[in-house]
Amino acid sequence: MNAFLGFILKEFRHILRDRRTLAILFGLPIVQLLLFGYAIRNELTSAEIAVWDQARTAESRAAIARLEAGGYFRVMGRVDSETQVDHLFRRGVVRQVVVFPTDGPRVHLITDGSDPNMARLLQRYTMGVLSDVEPGKDVRTTYLYNPGLKSANLFVPGLMAVILMLVSTLMTSISLTREKETGTLETLLASPLAPAQIIWGKVLPYLLVSFVNVGTVLVIARAVFGVPFNGSVALFIFVSLLYAFTALALGMLISTVARTQQTAMMLSLGGLLLPTILLSGFIYPISNMPDILQAISHVIPARWYMVANRAILLKGAGLADIGREVLILAGMTALFLTVSIRRFPIRLD
Amino acid sequence: MNAIETHHLTKRFGGFTAVDDLTFSVRAGEIFGFLGANGAGKTTAMKMLTGLAAPTSGDATVAGRSIRDHAVSVKKRIGYMSQRFSLYEDLSVRENLRFFGGVYGLDDATLADRIARFETTYHMSGRMHTRVKELPLGIKQNVAFGTALLHQPDIVFLDEPTGGVDPITRRRFWGMLVEEAARGTTLFVTTHYMDEAEYCDRIGMMVDGKLVALDTPARLKQTMGVATMDDVFVKLARGGAA
Repeated sequence: MNAFLGFILKEFRHILRDRRTLAILFGLPIVQLLLFGYAIRNELTSAEIAVWDQARTAESRAAIARLEAGGYFRVMGRVDSETQVDHLFRRGVVRQVVVFPTDGPRVHLITDGSDPNMARLLQRYTMGVLSDVEPGKDVRTTYLYNPGLKSANLFVPGLMAVILMLVSTLMTSISLTREKETGTLETLLASPLAPAQIIWGKVLPYLLVSFVNVGTVLVIARAVFGVPFNGSVALFIFVSLLYAFTALALGMLISTVARTQQTAMMLSLGGLLLPTILLSGFIYPISNMPDILQAISHVIPARWYMVANRAILLKGAGLADIGREVLILAGMTALFLTVSIRRFPIRLD
Repeated sequence: MNAIETHHLTKRFGGFTAVDDLTFSVRAGEIFGFLGANGAGKTTAMKMLTGLAAPTSGDATVAGRSIRDHAVSVKKRIGYMSQRFSLYEDLSVRENLRFFGGVYGLDDATLADRIARFETTYHMSGRMHTRVKELPLGIKQNVAFGTALLHQPDIVFLDEPTGGVDPITRRRFWGMLVEEAARGTTLFVTTHYMDEAEYCDRIGMMVDGKLVALDTPARLKQTMGVATMDDVFVKLARGGAA
């Protein structure tokens, strides 16, 4: 049997025979995607509000009708005193009271500011709904690529980056450190196999597994979250596999440093999870970060993949549009692999 | 003819000399016992001979080739059995054999033939599809040895091959080693057990990175005027430390 094919076959057997590995490989992405996808939402659905109609004009009645009809708000009731407003806020019955005063401004929005993001969102939505009934102040706005401003369209591609990074890095680093722990790595190193063969033999099977992962995540993204797919499927798969490859190579690099599976797991999860989530632009825009964090974000592979896969999925971008990202990911992969192969044989000294 | 020859083989880690100017030879077909207290340098010396570590200075010829210049072709001609019987626990006996056979470049026909022979030699029929983790320790040890021999190496290195195994199984295992050496395979064995040293044709004794004695067990006992290998060991180890 060919040594290299035999190695790959062996890796597949390890993967298929270990229930924990299988669970991490195939269960984790699905669970994470569903959890994050549902938990992180920036759009408003049936937010509790109350109205205080002091003006009692045709205009104010029309505005209230709009608020009730839009689906964004649930009007919990009408109030007619400040005490009532206080009461509702304190008991947490409503997040906002919309007041139509007799004089002064046409509308006064009183919003619960204890959750600033939510407060901003509420005011933005309310103004959106109300401005429609006030012609003349017309500003036309168009949101390109994501007309409904659905947060799933932002988070799901980001999640793909987080999931692929964690699963791929974790799996390769664990599988190699396991061989260190059981002593089989020593046997392999005493054999004529070259370090490069061992590294490639570890990376290729997981690359195939990542392929399955990319597929699963994409199907869930489409079917459950309705994320559009505007670009080329082939390009998306190519970029995703390249990124998985980067993560696998990073896992290899970790396992040249870590001696035990536990250290490898700590490094892969502890060392990568937070930077990948916080510094990649997954949740917080990179341009809002202090300079030092912006600089660090350049070395986070997820950052580049997120730019590329959002561009493909949402904007229908072609290879030329994401050439920079592809080159950076390829460069990182080559670097991680080279360092891993170089460092590899020295480890047992 | 010599299976192993070392010339001033030295390994330093920073300021610490783990193996100090080692020059000796192992004859083809002998069982060579490599003895020493923990940290005496025997594992490091063995790692250099098996290509797991590079010498700082000096060289060694293993199976007729320099470990410095021809590490890969040396690796093809040797077998290695680590102290943990490193097999893949989640693979069956047959899968382990096929994997390691492939690693050493055996073609399918040869491999099938060797596996069949392995099955009879180690009385493994009916157990070839058992996963290694389900085997008793003694059997595991046999399988590890059989795996190290699969590509018919000139020399097999065994690093404390009987650790944690009961005395009867140990004795049986050494019976297997003696048989294998009779077929012409050179066996280079490190061990802690002095009763095992008696099975060896010759003993090399390491103290603080240096080889302090090299002879047959009988002559070592005779020249030192003691009755057992235990006493030889204690006397040499003390002398080296003083």
